[in-house]
Amino acid sequence: MSESNHTSSTHDDHHSHGGFWSTYIFSFDHKTIGKQFLWLGLLMMIVGGLLALMFRWQLAWPVEKFDTAIWGLSWLSDENPFLPEGKMGPDVYNMFVTMHATIMVFLVVMPILVGCFGNFLIPLMIGARDMAFPWLNMLSFWTAVLGAIVMSWGFFVEGGHASAGWTGYAPLSTVSDYTGVEWGQNLWAISLFILSLSSLMGSVNYITTIINMRTKGMNWFRMPLSIWALFITAILGLLALPVLGSACALMIFDRVFETAFFNPAKGGEPLLWQHLFWYFGHPEVYILVLPAMGMASDILSVFSRKPVFGYRAMVYAMSSIAFLSWIVWGHHMFQSGMNPALGTAFMMTTLVIAIPSAIKTFNWLGTLWGGSIRFTLPMLHALAFVILFVVGGLSGIYMASNVVDIYIHDTYFIVAHFHYVIFGGTMFAIFGGIAYWFPKMFSTYFDSALGKVHFWLTFIFFNLAFFPMHILGVGGHMRRIYDPTQYEYLADLQPMNVFITLAAAGMGLGQIPFALNFFGSVFSLSGKLYKHFSQIFTSLIVGFISYKSVAFLLEGITKPVITNTTRTISGVVSIVFFIIIYRYLVRNMKIFGELAVQNPWDANTLEWVAPTPAPHGNFGPELPVVFRNPYEYSVPGETEDWAPQTTPLKPQADGASH
Amino acid sequence: MLDWLPENISLEGKEVDFFFYISYYLTTITFILVAVTMAAFLIIYRQKPGQKAKYSHGNNTLEIIWTVVPTVILLVFVLMTQASWARLKYTPPANPDVRVEVIGKQFNWVIVYPGPDQKFGTSDDLKLDNQLNVPVNKQVLITLKGEDVIHSFFIPAVRLKQDILPGRKIPFWFTPIKTGTYEMPCAELCGVGHSGMKGELVVHTEESYKKWLKTAWSKKEEKS
Repeated sequence: MSESNHTSSTHDDHHSHGGFWSTYIFSFDHKTIGKQFLWLGLLMMIVGGLLALMFRWQLAWPVEKFDTAIWGLSWLSDENPFLPEGKMGPDVYNMFVTMHATIMVFLVVMPILVGCFGNFLIPLMIGARDMAFPWLNMLSFWTAVLGAIVMSWGFFVEGGHASAGWTGYAPLSTVSDYTGVEWGQNLWAISLFILSLSSLMGSVNYITTIINMRTKGMNWFRMPLSIWALFITAILGLLALPVLGSACALMIFDRVFETAFFNPAKGGEPLLWQHLFWYFGHPEVYILVLPAMGMASDILSVFSRKPVFGYRAMVYAMSSIAFLSWIVWGHHMFQSGMNPALGTAFMMTTLVIAIPSAIKTFNWLGTLWGGSIRFTLPMLHALAFVILFVVGGLSGIYMASNVVDIYIHDTYFIVAHFHYVIFGGTMFAIFGGIAYWFPKMFSTYFDSALGKVHFWLTFIFFNLAFFPMHILGVGGHMRRIYDPTQYEYLADLQPMNVFITLAAAGMGLGQIPFALNFFGSVFSLSGKLYKHFSQIFTSLIVGFISYKSVAFLLEGITKPVITNTTRTISGVVSIVFFIIIYRYLVRNMKIFGELAVQNPWDANTLEWVAPTPAPHGNFGPELPVVFRNPYEYSVPGETEDWAPQTTPLKPQADGASH
Repeated sequence: MLDWLPENISLEGKEVDFFFYISYYLTTITFILVAVTMAAFLIIYRQKPGQKAKYSHGNNTLEIIWTVVPTVILLVFVLMTQASWARLKYTPPANPDVRVEVIGKQFNWVIVYPGPDQKFGTSDDLKLDNQLNVPVNKQVLITLKGEDVIHSFFIPAVRLKQDILPGRKIPFWFTPIKTGTYEMPCAELCGVGHSGMKGELVVHTEESYKKWLKTAWSKKEEKS
């Protein structure tokens, strides 16, 4: 690897020594591999999101009762392999529900949170030149791509894709006769096995790199919380993913080689699958949230210009969460038919694991207290993370009580809970991380104005879509049911299903500004045409959403006919919103592709010491030497309210640095 | 929010609802405290010219307080819950008033009544699809069995749910305290027919139950 330290005027000049293939495709550079994981995750997010919108469509307007043609979207339900006669059947519905979750967990959140941010940030933030094993790193990405290809293939085989839920309970998932799904379920299991290998490779790399390659002065307690979180996550991954892989292997054996691990008709034990899956599954959900917590801590600190409140407590909290995550898995199985005494044991351990998360929440509030808060785009996302994660965590209290869980298990209350923690929590932290580290990753700025429009659309419609799911759950609405109108006791809740679908559609549309921003900023689409197009299209989306929202408010969501008065009022409101957003964007958007300065946020951590763009080897001929903790902001007696970790301590400031 | 709970018609449901309400009050109060505090901080501590942020690394006393207080609250909550859980799930009643078997299969419930001899597997057993008939104010003990995949026997009005594991017999007991007809959906994804897999619980008055018993068994004799 060459160690050029000249900064260049365009962001691809410094790769001039390699060809296209070794620079962008088969790169050993952790920064490129991180970006590759980001592209994979964002692409799969589109697929996973569309799947959800499809089955939400069915839930709002069940196909047996309603014409599938709505609002001029009839072309969506033209005859195709998934919608014979333009109708979604329960088999396809179950498939979409299963694959939405599988793709979101394994092909979106893990690649972006762990694959992208882990790879990109770890060497930069600890002062290393690259990962310990660059070749293994590259292999981990391409293994993930193989897993994605195998997973996608399942959509095109006879019998359809896996449709036993992302949790794949046996024997529904292990005996083809029960679902009619043949190779789809096999490919699902094979793909997860491959993805678990990719995670393992990543874990080995992250752990080794963090233990061995921290630069001089980068003690354990001088590492940013993002790195602590990624380190702990990597250990969880190392120990949990093999369990998933093994369980999937046993599933393949049952399905293809007629073994009977999980098949009770042949002496197998269905509960064994659940124990294996959730023994992996619970640490997995902490894998899905810990790096988000670390990143949120970092972002909150930078934009409050204050040290993280209780840094060591945060480290100990994350470590206890990780340790405890191994002994709570049975809370997913309270009603499973396992011995009720186990329910007691797991409830006790689940109580304990709630505490460190509470501690972290209070410490985030403590970080804000007394700060000098700047409401930048990354900060907005980090703040949303905090409050939405709190909602998700609190709904977990209900289900931690195994008695309440008797009622809410397998209802939408659970669905609400995990969407609040994974989407409200992790996803917002991801958006915040992308906005924050974008200048370092892509050498340009992620447009803040367009980003804020995306933030508010996502925040508002996320809450509108998912909060009502708590109510559905309280009403007893089960998960994974194809047609809620089949149940009399759910009749009063059906309008809520319609509302949720509409809100989800709004949220989906709200992601278009993100895509416009991302493409424009990554590819430096600096021309006026693209900028005007982004401004107009985004404003049109806001206008359209406003129009529909007002129309529904006035006419209700179950009445199909809209009067002229409603049209007029909605039209006026939508034009007003269009103008407001358009003017905001025109006044505040910058040029896409404007080159970023090295440290646009005045942040202390080491990645901002590296040049933008960072060359192979990251730091030039000399590795940085660290003298300070990562969160020394607003130190009394210093002229600036920030100081890179490489700044030597003044003698009188020495005692203050803990 | 808890107004959306379906009407509760069982003794056991009262315990479930009790903890539902405690959870609701605990979490709502906590959320309001956190949200208000956060909003206040965002307003009070927003960037202002000339104002520097406080240089504080934390406060150990606070850490201890906000570790111990939630722990105590949750510990009490959990110990109370445990007493209830033991009552609802640990030991099936030795002498219930009514015994029934429910077999879950793709895609309906087969209810097996033991008949006058009160023994299962004899010739006077009655099998009904999806209809569970019980008398009000009497304790019912159901033995749950499964023929194929995992199903979950759920009666929202009774507030109870139990997964059915093929190959096992799992007890499920409750005492209904109100007459009427209530839905019994399956609550675990069991295949393409999962949606719509449901039965009905018919809670009879004493008289109506006696009448049903007579009619149901005489119909059975007619058939045979």
